[in-house]
Amino acid sequence: MLSHLPILQVILPLLGAPACLILWRPRIAWAFSFFISALAFIISGLLLKQVWQGGEIVYALGGWEAPWGIEYRIDLLNAFLLLIVSGLSTVVLAGARQSVAREIPAEKQTLFYVAWLLCLAGQLGILATGDAFNVFVFLEISSLSTYTLISLSRQREALWAAFQYLIVGTIGATFVLIGIGLMYMMTGTLNMADLAQRLPEVADTRTVFAAYAFIIVGVCLKLALFPLHAWLPNAYTFAPSVVTAFLAATATKVAVYLLIRFSFTVFGKDFSTFDVPLHSIFIGLGLIAVFSASTVAIMQRNIKRAIAYSSVAQIGYMIIGLGLGSVLGLQATLLHLFNHALMKGALFMAMVAMMLRIGGITVDDIAGLGKRMPVTALAFVTGGLSLIGVPLTVGFVSKWYLVSAAFSQGMWLVALLVVLGSLLAVMYIWRLVEIMYFRESPEQAPRGEAPLTVLLPLLLLVLGNIYFGIDTRLPVSVTEAAASSLLVEAYQGVQVGGAK
Amino acid sequence: MELLLDISLLSMLVATAIGIAVSRDLLAAVMLSSIYGLLSANFFVTMDAVDVAFTEASVGAGISPLLMFATLAIVGRFERYPHQRALPALLLVVLTGAMLILATLDIPAFGDPNAPAQTHVAPRFINESGTEIGIPNMVTSVLASYRGFDTFGEVTVVFAAVVGVLALLGSSLPAAGRKLPDTLLQASNHRILRIVSKILVAPIMLFALYVQFHGDYGPGGGFQAGVIFAAAIIIYTMLFGLEAAMKVINVTVLRVLAAFGVLLYGSVGLVAMLNGKNFLDYDALAADPVHGQHYGIIVIELGVGITVAAVMMLIYFAFAGRLIDRSHKS
Repeated sequence: MLSHLPILQVILPLLGAPACLILWRPRIAWAFSFFISALAFIISGLLLKQVWQGGEIVYALGGWEAPWGIEYRIDLLNAFLLLIVSGLSTVVLAGARQSVAREIPAEKQTLFYVAWLLCLAGQLGILATGDAFNVFVFLEISSLSTYTLISLSRQREALWAAFQYLIVGTIGATFVLIGIGLMYMMTGTLNMADLAQRLPEVADTRTVFAAYAFIIVGVCLKLALFPLHAWLPNAYTFAPSVVTAFLAATATKVAVYLLIRFSFTVFGKDFSTFDVPLHSIFIGLGLIAVFSASTVAIMQRNIKRAIAYSSVAQIGYMIIGLGLGSVLGLQATLLHLFNHALMKGALFMAMVAMMLRIGGITVDDIAGLGKRMPVTALAFVTGGLSLIGVPLTVGFVSKWYLVSAAFSQGMWLVALLVVLGSLLAVMYIWRLVEIMYFRESPEQAPRGEAPLTVLLPLLLLVLGNIYFGIDTRLPVSVTEAAASSLLVEAYQGVQVGGAK
Repeated sequence: MELLLDISLLSMLVATAIGIAVSRDLLAAVMLSSIYGLLSANFFVTMDAVDVAFTEASVGAGISPLLMFATLAIVGRFERYPHQRALPALLLVVLTGAMLILATLDIPAFGDPNAPAQTHVAPRFINESGTEIGIPNMVTSVLASYRGFDTFGEVTVVFAAVVGVLALLGSSLPAAGRKLPDTLLQASNHRILRIVSKILVAPIMLFALYVQFHGDYGPGGGFQAGVIFAAAIIIYTMLFGLEAAMKVINVTVLRVLAAFGVLLYGSVGLVAMLNGKNFLDYDALAADPVHGQHYGIIVIELGVGITVAAVMMLIYFAFAGRLIDRSHKS
């Protein structure tokens, strides 16, 4: 069974979703989806270990070898991301039951878990596959279920937010599909490794240039890269609390992965670095994203919206690392994928707890929260410190690698701006800290912590922020190897589970 | 001759697309989009892509306009807000179009036998699929076996769509025993429509089954069959009312069927795994690999057909139920 791990990872949630719909009772649906997600998490851990010890794993679906069939191809990069996505899904799902029971009408709760499993399966499928068209199919699964998850909120605005995201996301997915079609026309293949071999021959055609452009713009729409980010703040603000925690921790990571995979594996470093001036564009857009989104975040009354804008800014940091185009820069991006999942997971999970107890998430609701919900408030502050990049948290690790990557290439201005961007984060986090600790609670405000089932996942995420800020061995060694294999070594795999 | 056909089809496509874009009357726009689907289907036939044409005819010209009509019955026929003529949006669209034209400058000519799409993976599908899979329709071989996992993903997309619709409108699904007023069905007075459709419904269903099980030999398969089957039920419901349809249809069963089709497809893959092969390797289903392939394709196509048919009906009934909720309130 061990040789089937790559596919089990994806089909467990994929088949779990329809099974969940048949089970129907919400309580069972919750336990079932948590169980499935936890299994996927365990499998991703085993996969990462296998890849770390034995190198790339290739799994031929239907037994048809690539490029005729579809293959799953697990290397360090996607094994690492599979771990992030399935891990965060499991932790958030663990704390989701009460929040879902409160925020979503009873008759829709099962559909919520079905959509969650579909979304998880879609994201894992995008990560695991080595086939460009298969990426599109699973992108559709994850996108459709994401729109559903957002629209399930009780707030009427969520419908509009989901619709806005649906339009933008569909355009993005269509662009990706156009790009894949153009690549197929020029190479006759859909397999990523095969594309990587065959694209260089036709790299100087306008068709391949257009294919790259369509794919990059399409992925950047899903990524919410400035200036294509307009859908994100609404979607995150109005979605049910646990959905925001899940999406913020995983969805953008998958989009960044696609950007890396298409740029460095499929088109190759030479094409995306020399033929297209993409790197300076990425650095520029990343910096604008950091400054504009952080500034907007300072002025928000709804703290969920403030942290959503901060996500746009954090995506900026990831893109800057990518734009540097060096092993160190790419490593900084990959580290930030992991670390940002931890910090946003912790921050939005703290908001799940707040919504559960006080039912609102504006600055007035959280006044004096330090006294009313001390543990949750402290967790929020720790997540905030990590977001700023204070030493001993994961945020510091990412910033450190990003700044040193910029320095090592002599881009001291970029390094300086990255540090200045953190000062803006200090401003929007400090403002919230001040409200929580130095303002009086409104009269008759609800007090008391959220139940343990919510607090434990929250504390786990907060501890993760601190633990991986001190003991950085796992993420640093994995990302280092992944980054250098992407940029230095060739793309080749070990076949498992025999093909014909 | 073919050039003339292409030119006339394409210019009609352009004209229809412009018509859809400028029309303020949404009913007209939906009619035009149905015509657009039919024209594209014709265009695909001239390109010898009959399977794609069949799908486009049944989905683009058939079921999606039906569902859009159901939507219009809820939201009204005319746009409530005037068009906003946004210059930046127009510029973006022009830019995208220019990019697409740029992309076509270097592509191989249409039908070029030396194009990469013809010379790289395609020869194996053409030369070997007869011995490896053993069914005459190569398109089905690629879709259901060589790239069967993509098709599994597509069925899941259809399933994800119904999960979304149920999440938004599920509470309006008509349930058996609930009193359903048929005030909204003006069509019920049209005797000719009713008689013609009564004659047609049974042959349409029979045709759906033919398309379902003949997909290995000719154009067709689960997607088209499911859509056609659902269309028969939907037409019947439109003319004879929801209450009549609810006598034979149970929405809970439909919901289970929608999930069951996906599970059926996946279970074929799981059986292959339990027999020691990779996921969806149909060779493992029988002693003779070609037989295995054949069994596998029949079962997965059935899964596709069941899910697609159940999903289309569920979406329609959710819309129709919503309409009735509305007319109750007003």
